[in-house]
Amino acid sequence: MMRRKRKTSEILLGAVTWFAAAVTIGLLLLLVGFILVRGVPHLKPSLFALHYNSDNVSLVPALISTIVIAIVSLVIAVPLGVFAAIYLAEYARRGNRAVAVIRMTTETLSGIPSIVYGLFGGLFFVVFLGWGYSVLAGAATLSIMILPLVMRSAEEALKSVPDTYREGSFGLGAGKLRTVLRIVLPSAVPGILAGVILAVGRIVGETAALIYTAGTVAQIPGSPMQSARTLSVHMYSLSSEGLHTDEGYATAVVLLVVVVLINALSARIAKRLGRRS
Amino acid sequence: MNCFEIKGLNLYYDKFHALKNIDLELESGKITAFIGPSGCGKSTLLKTLNRMNDLVEGCRITGDVRLFGEDIYDDTDVNLLRRRVGMVFQKPNPFPMSIFDNVAYGPRTHGIKSRFELGEIVESSLRAAAIWDEVKDRLKKPALSLSGGQQQRLCIARALAVSPEVLLMDEPTSALDPISTGKIEELLLTLREKYSIIIVTHNMQQATRISDSTAFFLLGEVIEYDSTETVFAMPRDQRTEDYITGRFG
Ligand SMILES: Nc1ncnc2c1ncn2[C@@H]1O[C@H](COP(=O)(O)OP(=O)(O)O)[C@@H](O)[C@H]1O
Ligand SMILES: [Mg+2]
Repeated sequence: MMRRKRKTSEILLGAVTWFAAAVTIGLLLLLVGFILVRGVPHLKPSLFALHYNSDNVSLVPALISTIVIAIVSLVIAVPLGVFAAIYLAEYARRGNRAVAVIRMTTETLSGIPSIVYGLFGGLFFVVFLGWGYSVLAGAATLSIMILPLVMRSAEEALKSVPDTYREGSFGLGAGKLRTVLRIVLPSAVPGILAGVILAVGRIVGETAALIYTAGTVAQIPGSPMQSARTLSVHMYSLSSEGLHTDEGYATAVVLLVVVVLINALSARIAKRLGRRS
Repeated sequence: MNCFEIKGLNLYYDKFHALKNIDLELESGKITAFIGPSGCGKSTLLKTLNRMNDLVEGCRITGDVRLFGEDIYDDTDVNLLRRRVGMVFQKPNPFPMSIFDNVAYGPRTHGIKSRFELGEIVESSLRAAAIWDEVKDRLKKPALSLSGGQQQRLCIARALAVSPEVLLMDEPTSALDPISTGKIEELLLTLREKYSIIIVTHNMQQATRISDSTAFFLLGEVIEYDSTETVFAMPRDQRTEDYITGRFG
């Protein structure tokens, strides 16, 4: 009796999990397939012209702007996030009030919808500081948006470094700073990098926070104070204008390739770092 | 001559009284063993000798600990103290870097920059730790690729590289197989000529094989301290006898 019952429930559970997995994969394939089918035929050379005009709707300036904005955002957010994490993980004493406050703040920040960051960035960087729609305002806004993510993953990475490394270093007469910079931080790099890659993913996929800060100019920015649009914003513009839907799908194919490349690259880096340590 | 002189030492972890009125004089150029059941405070005492307890929040220490006559809890430079009093831990803990960089980490910490000088120190330390022949062709390889026993000898080499006067060892062989343990015991006997060694051990045979003096601890107190021969052949205290004959919990 018992055995029979267990068997039926096992089969049932197996079927449910199989079904869930099949639906998930099926949806993913459907989505990717749909974009490829709609987009690939429209991948014309003119889409890759160096300069944008409303005829060729080239995506190259947007691709370059994406890279520039991602780099500037990371240059602002990664050092800040990592050093804040070092303070939290290595220097703050247990039960410190400031730590509780910082932690609550970052948790709250990471739950805020990106449009709110966009509105804040628009009011503060664009209007109040007078930067105008610009790469700098966009990147500054995004760096605030990804800061909690970077900080959190860096803190986790630092905390997962075994205490025996710290003891070994102190036991040789190394001070706190040297121990943190030479022993703890290098061991935490793979974990920190994992957070950075997630952050890059959010930057590449972001639109709402950029429209009010970096603007939507579709040319290669000549300076950080000029407006620029990332690939995602570019796609949003194309599809909302409704004149270049096909090119929009072709752009989506390129965005997809970019995301896959980022993932492959990060897997590669993680593997190399893993092997080294 | 004594390397350490400990008088009226008391240590508290918050409310918990972990070491009670310890008085000990540890001879230099000798191997001293700390034995006793788990949780009796052996590691705690070892860590007061190079002030690793400073890292433990809520740890309070009263009394007097002197290294060659200097009060180490006075305003001594802790980093200098830890250079003079090296430590080897229970579980081998090489840093995730190359074999060379592991041994060179201490000397670099204390300001040695010349590649030539570092190379000399690394070689002589690895030789002193009896592991040079095994690693001389792969100094650039990660230390974590070594076996457990090799890692522990590397950690000893790393400790020797800053020319300490005293070596503290907290059950350095408890994570190792008998062959690696034998190698490390041999090594300690050769190191005795140059360094004072204080070793915590769970293994009675190990204490009798390598140590000159033995201190027996129970519940944070020193019950008996004498030459190893005396402690094991004619213990004065009934509790010591019970422990070394294995009649103890
Ligand atoms: N960091 C700490 N905080 C609080 N109690 C501790 C700490 N370290 C050790 N103790 C306690 O102090 C006592 C002695 O520990 P320890 O010195 O590690 O013993 P042993 O090395 O002899 O096994 C134990 O009861 C242990 O629980
Ligand atoms: Mg112990």
